[in-house]
Amino acid sequence: MDILSVAVQNLTSAPVLAFGLGLLATAIRSDLRLPEPIYQAISIYLLLGIGIKGGVALSEVSIAEVGMPILGTLLLGVTIPALAFFLLKRIRKLSQVDRGALAAHYGSTSLVTFTAAIIFYESVSVSVEGYLTTLLAILEIPGIIVGLLLATRGLKRNVPWNESLREILAGRSIFLLAGGLVIGFLTGNIGFARIDEFFVALFPGILTLFLLELGIVAGRRLSDLKTSGFGLVIFGIAFPLISGSLGVLTGQLTGLSLGGSATLGVLSASASYIAAPAAVRLALPEASPGIYLTASLGITFPFNLTLGIPIMLQISTYIESVGL
Amino acid sequence: MLKARKLVVIVVEAGLVTRLARDVMAKGAKGYTVTSASGLGPRNQRAGDLEGGNAKLETVVPEAVATEVLEMLKTNYFPHYACSAWVSDVQVLRDDRY
Repeated sequence: MDILSVAVQNLTSAPVLAFGLGLLATAIRSDLRLPEPIYQAISIYLLLGIGIKGGVALSEVSIAEVGMPILGTLLLGVTIPALAFFLLKRIRKLSQVDRGALAAHYGSTSLVTFTAAIIFYESVSVSVEGYLTTLLAILEIPGIIVGLLLATRGLKRNVPWNESLREILAGRSIFLLAGGLVIGFLTGNIGFARIDEFFVALFPGILTLFLLELGIVAGRRLSDLKTSGFGLVIFGIAFPLISGSLGVLTGQLTGLSLGGSATLGVLSASASYIAAPAAVRLALPEASPGIYLTASLGITFPFNLTLGIPIMLQISTYIESVGL
Repeated sequence: MLKARKLVVIVVEAGLVTRLARDVMAKGAKGYTVTSASGLGPRNQRAGDLEGGNAKLETVVPEAVATEVLEMLKTNYFPHYACSAWVSDVQVLRDDRY
């Protein structure tokens, strides 16, 4: 399948179209919002569902098989934020703290982008190792820590590590993902068969609803683009291509399949907009949410959702064809 | 019968309310009430848009504590965060509780 038809198929998938509808709702100033408790419930459903499925998959592979990908992912978690911090020096008006905040966001990852990628790859018959969820959970954390360290390097101030780490680890993203992994691992395929109607069959539909809301929230960020500057827009699109390529390459080198490598690429390319903002807000109050949320939620998230996902598949196909 | 106290009301971005409650208690408040809030302020820019807006923390304290709480807000919250606070006079029964 050529890249154009894959891209078109992604752009016309229901979740992506729902995201577009959310953007449109903001553009015409509709008062549409998902009620807050429903938004919360859906995000718990997605996190736990992804976690459990990943845990079931993890229970069926050997440590030898997942060891290398896990090591590679840890390496990505440290390299990507450092690279982002370094490249952002080119945008002159950004302070060190803002660069560190952005590095924390791009070093961490986005569950929804990951989920959309998995669902899309399945729809075009590209299989993805189920245990990629483990890599998602691993990649969430180090990026934030590295970003905070870089932001405060040389500054005479302390990061409230206790509070920030608590926010990351006890926040529902990591808690539910890790908890889901354990549940899935323990219950295995037999236990999962009893709940898979709820967590598999309904999953794409509920993701569609979630993306509608995210479209609305991202749309609100778009109006900040005017003040954030052209450099940030370039970064928000170009950097995922760099970090994503690194991710795909790491996947191929550590023995992941075509789809698995593409998904690790998507994980690397995506930027956090839930866990990282909360931690950064507590630890780096001077950093401007108008910069880091706009970049991760307003630019990079829509880019990855629409184009990044098919592009990573293409990069993975290319690397596999040249035989690395 | 009624005793004079100060009611301190603080509106802050929701992500910070746990830290704020701890800070307020550390300054000598004996209790507080938190409700979720939404509205508009001059800064109108905050993280956690996904996490639902603002929170309003109310606490009834002696005047000395109220002053300390405001001083604390002045140094730790106002410069960086979307935060607003005001104080008014109230009267309470059972003054040992406040």
